Formats: sequence, C-alpha cells, structure tokens
Amino acid sequence: MSRPPRPQFLARDSYRMRRLMDAAKFLPLFGFVLLLLPLMRHSPDVEAPPTASEMVYLFLVWFGLILLALLMSLGLRRVLSAPPQKSDPSPLSED
Amino acid sequence: MSFNMLVLTCLAYVILLFAVASAAERAATAGRAGWLRSPMIYTLSLSVYCTAWTFYGAVGYAARSGLEFMTIYLGPTLVFVGWWVLLRKLVRIGRENRVTSIADMISARYGKSNLLGVIVTLMCVAAGTPYIALQLQSISLSFTVFVLDPSEVGLTADPALIAFWVAIGLAFFTIVFGTRTLDANEQHPGVVTAIAVEAVVKLLALIAVGIFVVWFVATGPADILARIDAQALPQWTIQPGRWTGLILLSAIAIICLPRMFQVTVVENTEDKHLATASWAFPLYLFLISLFVLPIAVIGMELMPAGSNPDMFVLTLPLYLGQDGLALLSFLGGFSAATSMVIVASLALATMVSNHIVVPLWLRVRAARNLDSGDMRLLVLSVRRLSISLVLVLGYLYYVVTGGSEALAAIGLIAFVGVAQMLPALLGALFWRGASRTGAALGLVTGMVLWFYTLFLPSFGPGVFLSAQVMEAGPFGLAWLRPYSLFGLTTLDPLLHALFWSLLLNVLVFCIGSFLSFPSPMERVQSALFVNIYDRTGPARSWTRPVAEAEDLLPIAQRILGVSEGQNFFRAQADLQGKQGFLPDITPEFLEALELKLSGSVGAATAHAMLAQSVGTAVVSVEDLMAVASETAQIMEYSAQLEAKSEELSRTARKLREANEMLQKLSVQKDAFLSQISHELRTPMTSIRAFSEIMMDTDAMSPEERTHFAQIIHDESIRLTRLLDDLLDLSVLEHGQVQLNISTVQLRELLDKAIRSSESVQADRKFRILRNRDPEDIEVTTDAGRLTQVFINILSNARKYCITDDPQMQIKVRERKGMVEVDFIDNGAGIPRDKQALIFEKFSRLTDEMQAGGAGLGLAICREIMHNLGGDIAYVPGQGGAAFRVSFPRVLAPRAPAQKSAETVSEAAQ
Amino acid sequence: MQKRVLVIEDEPNISEALRFILTREGWRVDVSADGRAMLTALQADPPDLLILDVMLPGLSGFEILQSLRDGAETRELPVLMLTAKGQGADRAQAERLGVTRFMTKPFANAEVIAAVREMTGS
Repeated sequence: MSRPPRPQFLARDSYRMRRLMDAAKFLPLFGFVLLLLPLMRHSPDVEAPPTASEMVYLFLVWFGLILLALLMSLGLRRVLSAPPQKSDPSPLSED
Repeated sequence: MSFNMLVLTCLAYVILLFAVASAAERAATAGRAGWLRSPMIYTLSLSVYCTAWTFYGAVGYAARSGLEFMTIYLGPTLVFVGWWVLLRKLVRIGRENRVTSIADMISARYGKSNLLGVIVTLMCVAAGTPYIALQLQSISLSFTVFVLDPSEVGLTADPALIAFWVAIGLAFFTIVFGTRTLDANEQHPGVVTAIAVEAVVKLLALIAVGIFVVWFVATGPADILARIDAQALPQWTIQPGRWTGLILLSAIAIICLPRMFQVTVVENTEDKHLATASWAFPLYLFLISLFVLPIAVIGMELMPAGSNPDMFVLTLPLYLGQDGLALLSFLGGFSAATSMVIVASLALATMVSNHIVVPLWLRVRAARNLDSGDMRLLVLSVRRLSISLVLVLGYLYYVVTGGSEALAAIGLIAFVGVAQMLPALLGALFWRGASRTGAALGLVTGMVLWFYTLFLPSFGPGVFLSAQVMEAGPFGLAWLRPYSLFGLTTLDPLLHALFWSLLLNVLVFCIGSFLSFPSPMERVQSALFVNIYDRTGPARSWTRPVAEAEDLLPIAQRILGVSEGQNFFRAQADLQGKQGFLPDITPEFLEALELKLSGSVGAATAHAMLAQSVGTAVVSVEDLMAVASETAQIMEYSAQLEAKSEELSRTARKLREANEMLQKLSVQKDAFLSQISHELRTPMTSIRAFSEIMMDTDAMSPEERTHFAQIIHDESIRLTRLLDDLLDLSVLEHGQVQLNISTVQLRELLDKAIRSSESVQADRKFRILRNRDPEDIEVTTDAGRLTQVFINILSNARKYCITDDPQMQIKVRERKGMVEVDFIDNGAGIPRDKQALIFEKFSRLTDEMQAGGAGLGLAICREIMHNLGGDIAYVPGQGGAAFRVSFPRVLAPRAPAQKSAETVSEAAQ
Repeated sequence: MQKRVLVIEDEPNISEALRFILTREGWRVDVSADGRAMLTALQADPPDLLILDVMLPGLSGFEILQSLRDGAETRELPVLMLTAKGQGADRAQAERLGVTRFMTKPFANAEVIAAVREMTGS
C-alpha cells in the first residue's frame, strides 16, 4: 500500500496469481479426464487390446501432468512465502 | 548365490541404514538438520507408498491385467498434482495443531473426541496388519526364490522363520529410531532419512532391471512395444469400472493410509516441501512404473510356464544369469518392504499408545486418585510395546493365512479399509457442519461393511464365512450375500465393497451430522480447521483463566521433561513481558501449553489432562458458544485487528508494569531507610540500656555483670555484621568488588559449603541428597563468593525448612557453558506472593525467626551471582523451596560486573 | 500495693533491660513478645501501664493500640510506645490513635523512668 506508483502492475500480478491458483485446482480434474480417455477409444471387436499404444499415451499424459505441476509449483511457492506466517506457532514454542 | 551370502548382504545393508539413521539423528539434535529438511528428502520419504507390493507385485499385476497396475500410481499422481486443493490444507492443519497421526487429526477436529480416536486406530490396525504381513511374506518369498542351491533348501524351507527374524529386526530398528525421544511434532529425522535412502535403492534397482530388459534382452523401446502387443491377452482390456474405481481408490489411499499420513503430514516441516513434492513425487511414481510392463512381458516370454509373475523382477535376472543385478533387485525389494513396515508400525504404534493405552491408563489413575507420575517414560514404553505388538500381529496374520494370496489383492483390501476414513477427513477439512456423531457412525458403518464384504471373505470360503454364506447369503437371505449385497451382482468384489462401504459411510455420516447437535468444543474446532487460512493466531478454546501456573508447571515437566517444561514456561512468561517461570494464565497461554503437550501425547489426551488438572468447569458452554457464535466468526475474519489489539494490550501491560516498578522503587527507598534505621537502632538500644544499667547500679552480682556485658558484646557484634553486610552489598551493587578468580572443583565447593552451614542450628539433622558425578566440573570463578552463596542457601534451608525429616537435594548440570546448581528442600516452600520479594533487601519472611540476620542474605547472593555473570532464581512448583544458582563455567574477567553496575544504577533511579 | 507494668517487645535483650530498670524502681514487670496473645488478657485484667513496641510480629504496635482504645476497660490505660524506626509519620500516627507517650530507641534509662512516673502519677 505504501507504494502508490505502478498500482496497476500490482493488481495484475495478484490477478495472475489468483488465476494460477484456479489452474492448480483444475489440474487434477483435467488429468483425471485425460486418464479416462482410453476407456472410450477401445473397440470391442478387436481380440487383443492395443496395450502398447495405450501405454505410450498414458505415460505421455502422466509426464505432461508432472511438467505442468512443476511449472505451477514454481509460481505457487511465492504465494506460500508471501502471506504472513504468523499463524505458524513453531517459532514461538520450538526452542 | 548362497544363503549365507544373502543374509550377510542384508545385514550389511541394514547396518548401513542404521548408520544413516543415527547420523541424521545426531545432525538433527546438533541443529545441523538443514539438509535433512530439504524438499528432496521429504519427497523421497513419500516413496514409502511403494512397498514390496509395488516392487514385486506391480509386475505380477501387469502380467495378469495389463495396464491396470498403473491406476495404483495415477491416483496418487492426481492427488499430488492437485496439492493446492487438499494436501496443502491437510498439511497446514496438521502442523498447526501438532497432529501426531490420522486418528489424532480426526479426533481433534471432532471436539477432541477420544472415541473417534479409538475407532480410527482400530480401523487402521485392522487394515494395516495384512499389509504388514504382506511385506514379511514378500521378503521371505524373495529369500526362497533366490537360493537355488538344493543343498541349502533345508535352511530356507521355513519361510516363516525368515519372516520371524525380519520382524524382530524391523521392530528393533523402529524402536531405536522411532521412539528415541518424545518430542513435540512427533518427527523422526533418523527414520525419514533412512526411508529416503531406501527410496533411492528401490528406484535404482527397478530401473536397472528395466534397462537390462529393454536394451539387453530386447533391442530397444520399439522392440519392447512390439513384444507388448504380441503378448497382449484379452483380459488386458481396460475395464471401465475397475479403471475409474481404482484410480479413485488409490487417490483416497494416499491420503488416508496411516503411513502416508505420517510422512506427508506429521513429518512435514514446511508448506514449500509440498510444492516440490507436487511434481517430484509423481515423477518418482512415473519412473517406478515405467519399466513394469516391459519386465512383465519379457518375463512371460522367457520364463518357463507356471513361474510366479510376482517374482519376475527377481527371477528374470537370475534366470538370465545376471547374479549381480538380481542381488540389487533383491535389495530393492528388501528396501521397499522394510521401509513400509518401519513407517507403518511407527504410525500405528503412535495411534495405539496415544488413543488407547495412555487415555486408559490416565483414567485408571484418575479413578484411583493417583498422581500421574512421569508420563514421558510411560508414553515411550507404551509406544515401544505397541510397535512390537503391531509387528507381532502382522507376523501372526502371515503365519495364519499361510501367505498364499496374490500380492495385489491384499494391498487393495487394505486400501478399501483405510478409504473409510475419507468422509470423516474431508468433512473435517471442508464442512463445518460435520459432527462427531456423524463421523463416528459413518466410520463404524463403513468399517462393518468393509469387514463383511471384503476383509472376511478374503480369507477364502470356510475360514470366517462358510462357503454356504458366500453362495446363498446368511440364513439363506440372498440379498445379504457378501459379494453381491442388495442384489448388486455385476460389480467385481473389490468395486462392490468400495461402492457399498463408501456410499453408506457417506450417507450415515451426512445424516448423522444433519440430525445431531455438535458440542461447543466441536463447533470451535470445526471453525479452526475449516477456516485455517483465515486466522493469524493459534487455535483458541481456553477462554477463561482457571488454574494457577504453579499447578500446571509440574504437569508440563512430567510430559515434556523438567528442563524443557521450565524453558517453555519461562519463554511464555517472557512473551507476556514477565520475569520468572510463572506466566499469567491467559487463554493464549493455556492454548500454547495444550498445543505443546498434544505434540507429545495427542490432542484429546492433552486436552483431557489439562481439563483434569484445572478442574471440570474449564471451558464453560457459554464461553464456547460465544466463540462459536456468528459474532465470533466475524472476529475470525478480522484477525488482523485482533493481532493489533493484542500488540496494544501487550504494550500497555509493559507500560503498566514499568510504572508499577517505579512506584515500588520509590516506596522501597523510603522503606529501605526506615529499615536501616530500625536495624541499627535495635542493637544500639540494648547496648545503651545495659551500659547505663552497669554505670548506675551499685549492687550488682558478678554473674549479672558478666551477663550484661555479654549482651552488650553480642549486640555490638550484630551491629558490626550488619554494617559489614551493608558495605558488602553496596560494593557488590556498584560492581567495585574485586573478584578472586581461580579454577576449582565444584564438588569441593559444595562440600565446603555443606560443612560450613552445619554450624547453623547444629542440633537439627539434615539429609543432603547429591549426585556426585555431575558435580565433577572444573569451574573458573570466584570460589569464595560462590561458596558464600551456597552457604547462605543451605543455612536458610536449615533455618526455615520445618519438617520432620528435612532434606536437601542438590542437582548440578551443565549446558551451553552455563553451570546450574539446584537446591531443593522438602519444606513448605515460599508462598507465591512472597516469591518475588525474597531477593529484596530486608525481606525476612517471618519476623519470629530472626535467626540473626537482617534479611540481606539473599539480596547479597543475588548481587554476587550478577557479579559472577550468573543469576539466582526461585523455581516454583518443585515440592519445596527450590533455588537455582546459575553461572558461567568459565568467568570472563570483568564484563559481568559492568552489566551489574548498570542494572543497579537503573534500579536506583 | 505493687504497681504492675506490661512490656510488649519482641527483642529479648531490650525487654530484659526494661524489666531490670523497672523492677529496680519497685514495679512488677510482665514481659511478652506476642501482642495478639496479650490482647484478651489486657481486657480482662489491665495493668497499670503498658510499654509497647511498634514493629512486632503478627499484630503491629499500632493495631494493638487501636484495639486497646476501642475496648472499655483499656480506653484510659496509659501506653508508652517505643519505636526504632524514628520517623515523624510514626509519631503522628501513634498520637492520632491516642498514645500517652511516644519515645524513640535508643532511650536513656532515666527518661523512661521519668516518663513512667509521670504517666502513673507516682
């Protein structure tokens, strides 16, 4: 509050941060849907399932999720250190 | 590969783990735990999720069902990738409330209810025992597979014996590193570090086998993919129900499994570690899973028909003559199994001791009106016993069932069992209306259904449930058949059990919550948990001061240990801007104390203990309703304001105390002058009166004359001593005293002081209790002055400790260069209101007991100790008068005197 | 008939000196260090004179004086107060409570004897 200049950038920053938090909430849902896709691709007439290609697909989705989580965690870390950590009682009572 | 060789390798590996764990413990106690608390160690410790079931079982699973094995790792991946939603809140609440286990978490949220703690503990033990048995089984199985030499078959024929020794070894390890101390937060750096090492070993082993299979047996990834399609079986087709259900089930399990809760929540030190783990742990799972299907496919292709696919990771390298690789793989499996057993038994033992044994014991003691004694030792021994008990249960389960099930089945059965805690846990985090009654009913419902539809049938027909019950239902009621309850016949048994148990669990939980009325304590806790991010202060539930700090100190000492307890009280007093060991009993203080205690014995027990000690009407319903009411909710949101007003009131308190101090000083100065006058005039009166008598009385017997002269003589000596004391005090106060610094044995000083003090009331017998070993310290200080202080304390005790069997206990300890000598007698002690006064000048407590002093003794002692760079303090709550003399072991020349001069001039203003 | 004086004083040496000089003057002297215990005895059977110290364990000299002045039998009892604190405030308080004479320690024996004579009119 004590820095009146450039307020619009501050607002934009915190706006970005909130959207990032939204994205973090949606990520597992998005991942879950992607992981369910193999169920809908399988055609029942084929005798043996296309295991190899499904495996490649699943591992790619998996790796993609890991990458996204990595990127998001870099941003979210800042939120963790930003809010007042007063609520953490450990510095008072751990001696 | 010989059997003995294998045992030796295992032993060497275990010794390595011991070394790692104890090095970590040492580093942590020395405060060099920086690297221990790194996010990587945290992430690696999470890998305790991957047990022997993963290491051996995943390949078997893949061989039987194709890609379905991946669900077990995809569920946790989703939970960690979505850490922002759930895990962050869980970890934050857990850390702020010093939660010690999942049972503690649920019991704390629902009004610190011990009933819930007991239910959850029993469920966890029921679900955890088969899982531990599974690990023991896989270790002994891997031993038998490994030894191919038929001449040694005799040795290995008994897998139960191997399992037995493994269980003993693991119990030993867990007890040594899991119950070394009973500290706040229930964290175990040694165990966590060892687990992290094991995580690396098992990952490397599996990857090594995978690389061997892909690039040395097959010709590369393309070849492997082709072979996978060639081997694909019709039953490998992904089944929609199981695929979805198992992803959800494993996601639930990673939250609810007691061992996962232990490493994720209890051992967590910072939110940021979770941020790293959110991608690093899924990556670990990814790497672990990557080669599972290739190994399975090559195993199916090459191994003789009928080989157990659960052992492919081990048998495939052996079959192909790669003994070194096989050994590495064996160690990987060993790591996976041992790390699981260690963490699981630690977590279960904590629950059993905190929620079942200790409360029971407290209740028995309270019923018999006994003092609770030293709780610390009790809790530790109970925990050690519980660890052994958990492992014995696991071993018995293994022996009874004969360990024939496919590995995956047992694991999934345990998953469904722990999943029953999910509704109560989610309710705890997100739903303020969730109530204790609802949670308890839901948990019990879920547990009963799990038992009936999955756990008992898993032993096979005829063990607990007869084949007839399985086929036609109990009493011929077809709609009660365990595998198709209420006529639901299309689902496979696992999904069937998951569906019914969770559905009814949630239903009963919700209905129970809708219909019951929560207790005030529950409503407070629910607000604290659900709105965890909105608060800045610690949890609040002690609303009114009720007990004396002096009564609480002994309790804290019993649980935290004497010095830890005293330090905590002193720090709390300090926070309030007060001197000494006794803080004001504010709600904040009680809160902090309860939190501190709950780190050692769990929330419900800590609450019960404090409630027991401060009387029953501790938290009145009205008080709590006020907190939980809507007004209080608004206050929760305006926490900033609250923090500020706290700050203000603290400042105000400090100002008030300073003001009081000034007024006191002015009054003290007048009182001091008047006291000096009194102390000087009294002996002078006798001297003058008797000398006049001797001058103007003619007829006086020689006896009379001698008697009067004696009185004059005694009174002049009293006068001289008083003047000496005053001079001494003045010199000490102004820091002009010449210190005679020399290096001496503390023990000799104490001996000397005890001898000298014996002349005071020499006819009284006084028992001195000493422990001579810690007294063996060389101190560099002014020995004469120090002895003077000791003599003063000992003489006072001889004079004032009025009891039939007077005794004095002397305790010496050294820490951080400071020597502390405690003198504790068994008399009545010093009343609370006088404790602050005794070190003031002329503060004789009882005028009847003149005992020859003018009340300057302790004032002089205090000045001496300041001059020696130390202090003397009264320690309340020790069962008698207790003085603590502390001073630096080596006195740095001159500096302390300067400081003392400052404090005195400050006090004299 | 021998006149009786009661000395309430907690310093044994001072009360011994007082006993000696007053006995020499022909008084019967009783000595006590505990004012609280003496209060009832004083009401029941008042002596001819009371010598009272200020700093006493339990009840202070002022408190004793006050309850004496409240009692019917002892309202007029001559009281000589001795103090070692020697502060003006003490004297004022003693006078407010109705002390007969007030002296600071240390005292000259002759002064005490003179005061006693004067107070009892002998």
